[in-house]
Amino acid sequence: MDVNKKIEEIINSGDVVLFMKGTPEMPQCGFSMVAVNILKHLKINFNSFDVYSDENIRQGIKKYSNWPTIPQIYVKKEFIGGSDILKEMFEKKELSKFFLDKGIQINN
Amino acid sequence: MTIKQSELEILLKNAFPNSVIEIKDLAGDDNHFAARICSSLFKGKNKVEQHQMVYKALKGKMDKELHALSISTEEK
Repeated sequence: MDVNKKIEEIINSGDVVLFMKGTPEMPQCGFSMVAVNILKHLKINFNSFDVYSDENIRQGIKKYSNWPTIPQIYVKKEFIGGSDILKEMFEKKELSKFFLDKGIQINN
Repeated sequence: MTIKQSELEILLKNAFPNSVIEIKDLAGDDNHFAARICSSLFKGKNKVEQHQMVYKALKGKMDKELHALSISTEEK
């Protein structure tokens, strides 16, 4: 299957989708761990995709998003950024509001 | 694959003239840096676009010569 099609399938698989290194239970990189921890802290349900499980997706998502690093977070099919942006929104207390505005349930 | 802090600084300074650029070597291994860039060029751009501009300034080195770069951008 075409890699972009596969990527779109993953992006469409849920409201919040995280492309990461490793799994939420066992992140394989500090930046991926930061992203997971923030989402877990806000009790956001998210789907994750381990880019180490598919080299085509790992390279393809960088082109697809025009973003050379992992993790990458998509919310309702929109690219939000990497862990620095997520962290900054969290630290500025903007992230909860962002998710609420997007109609994403926060299970606090 | 590593990059010198001075090389990183030149790449960023060339792409963002008249900007405040602070680079920290986080691990002392030429491979994990944090960069804070305060530039008027970021005006009117969202965060994704601002970070994309930083990555573009690194001319494809990100995730190759440079493993980890934490980016913080601000409008001047």
